[in-house]
Amino acid sequence: MNSTDWAKKIRHIILEQSKRAHVGHIGSALSIADIIAVLYSHILNIPSPEDSERDRFVLSKGHAALALYAAFHLKGWLTQEELNTYCADDSRLGVHPEYGLRGVDFATGSLGHGLSMAAGAALAAKLKKSSRCVYVLVSDAELNEGSFWEAVMFAAHHQLSNLVVVIDDNGQQALGFTREVLDLTALPERFKAFGWQVQTIDGHNHSELEGALSGIDSLSGKPHMLIAKTTLGKGVSYMERTIKWHYWPMSDEEYSLALKEIGIEV
Amino acid sequence: MRGVVIGTLTELAEQDPRIVLLTADLGYCVLEQFADRVPGQFFNVGVSEQNMLGLATGLAESGFIPFVYSIVNFAALRPYEFIRNGPVLHQLPVRILAIGGGFEYGHAGPTHHGLEDIGVMRVQPGLTVIAPADAQQAKSALKASYHLPGPVYFRLGKDDKTVLPGLEGKFDLGKAQEIRKGNDLLMVTMGSIAPSALEAINTLSEKGISCGLMVVSCLSPAPKDDLVEILARYPLVLTVEAHYIVGGVGSLVSEIIAEEGISCKVFRCGVRSTPNGITGSEKFLNDVNGLSSEKLVATALQALGSF
Repeated sequence: MNSTDWAKKIRHIILEQSKRAHVGHIGSALSIADIIAVLYSHILNIPSPEDSERDRFVLSKGHAALALYAAFHLKGWLTQEELNTYCADDSRLGVHPEYGLRGVDFATGSLGHGLSMAAGAALAAKLKKSSRCVYVLVSDAELNEGSFWEAVMFAAHHQLSNLVVVIDDNGQQALGFTREVLDLTALPERFKAFGWQVQTIDGHNHSELEGALSGIDSLSGKPHMLIAKTTLGKGVSYMERTIKWHYWPMSDEEYSLALKEIGIEV
Repeated sequence: MRGVVIGTLTELAEQDPRIVLLTADLGYCVLEQFADRVPGQFFNVGVSEQNMLGLATGLAESGFIPFVYSIVNFAALRPYEFIRNGPVLHQLPVRILAIGGGFEYGHAGPTHHGLEDIGVMRVQPGLTVIAPADAQQAKSALKASYHLPGPVYFRLGKDDKTVLPGLEGKFDLGKAQEIRKGNDLLMVTMGSIAPSALEAINTLSEKGISCGLMVVSCLSPAPKDDLVEILARYPLVLTVEAHYIVGGVGSLVSEIIAEEGISCKVFRCGVRSTPNGITGSEKFLNDVNGLSSEKLVATALQALGSF
């Protein structure tokens, strides 16, 4: 199965499970569906979630965990039965990834926390002379957090070139567009000034994603920042760039239309 | 305590490469021994306490035993949520070395006073909370908690020399140390204010009052059995702590008394007011807040009189 098929299945699962559970954060999950698809289908070296030498992955924007659960299901780590418990009582599958769920390295949900844990994991790999890499997916809104920049400085100072950060740069956050809330212009220049290796890519273009992620030089002496330009709600036209879909669940009509738009026969 | 603990930690780190020490740019004339002897296991992460706790979480997940070091407030309060969602939530062996509880940074002012750290740490399930009364007990506590798979919070005093007579460096997880027995009144204390309580007890004894002294150095898991057994023997208890009266050892004792239906009256000696802008030495501030031995004696006599 190629990464495009992965992405289609991830989007289907996001829509199906969020409809069944009647919960939101759909737009945020759809925004990262392609990034998650490429990472889990082609990039991450995880022979099993228990392998201590596995690459680590931190979904720092924990509110998009449904995309991660979809990838776990496609990897065979999560059964359909358990996937169907998303947001149900007595489930391991909450809106944010819970520690203890197979495949989750770090529980997240508190924005600005993921990068420092990932930097610790990257430092650990370096100290142990391990070749494993640590990948982090952050939202652009997380860049509002001071702790994010603490970790940015640390990673560059300690030359954590086994650390790869992907920013889901959809330009939107909980209450509006990032440019209106707290401006994030000139991000490449900012990260370069902080000593990172920076690339800006289309976060929905699989060949660009795969090229950038597979081309990471983990011995370059610099941590890696991939600024992935994305669209909130990508794939469902009425959700795209619409802040409501950071929160809202779908009606029956909206669900049918969404499935049709991502190419699922109802 | 801090010098002795770092000395012991250095010896442990020389034998155990899993130990790493992170500081948020503090520890002058304290951490050098570790940095010099095991430089590959030492990291000054800069003035970034949140990141320090996040890094420690990531390191611990990969099999390290990270110790993080800073002044009490900067170790406990600034990164509090990173402690909660990091080592506590993931049950990872991060050790927090929080230096200078109470008014130990006297003249430095309220930004540097640690008056609520035990309260906020004690509420976190699975977090072992330790406030040794002297350096030898701190050393024992470090060794006794070394094997724990979960996180540990240490409130460590700056003073390496003071010895609390009768304690003899004893420490056990989930246990308290009764270092003086009596009949009329029991003082229960924690941390480096303990010598003040002992001095007050000596004065009271000279006045013919039979006083006991219990040191609660392991706040969580609480030494419940010891507290139940010993509190039941006394009609009157004074809790003594360089901490707000809410959340610390006074609260712990009150919880046990209420839950177990123990018949004894509690007077909580600790900090009751918010900072008022007046600075001074640790000794001065302890006295202002009723924690000097003289003030404790006065409170005890008043409590006995009203009883």
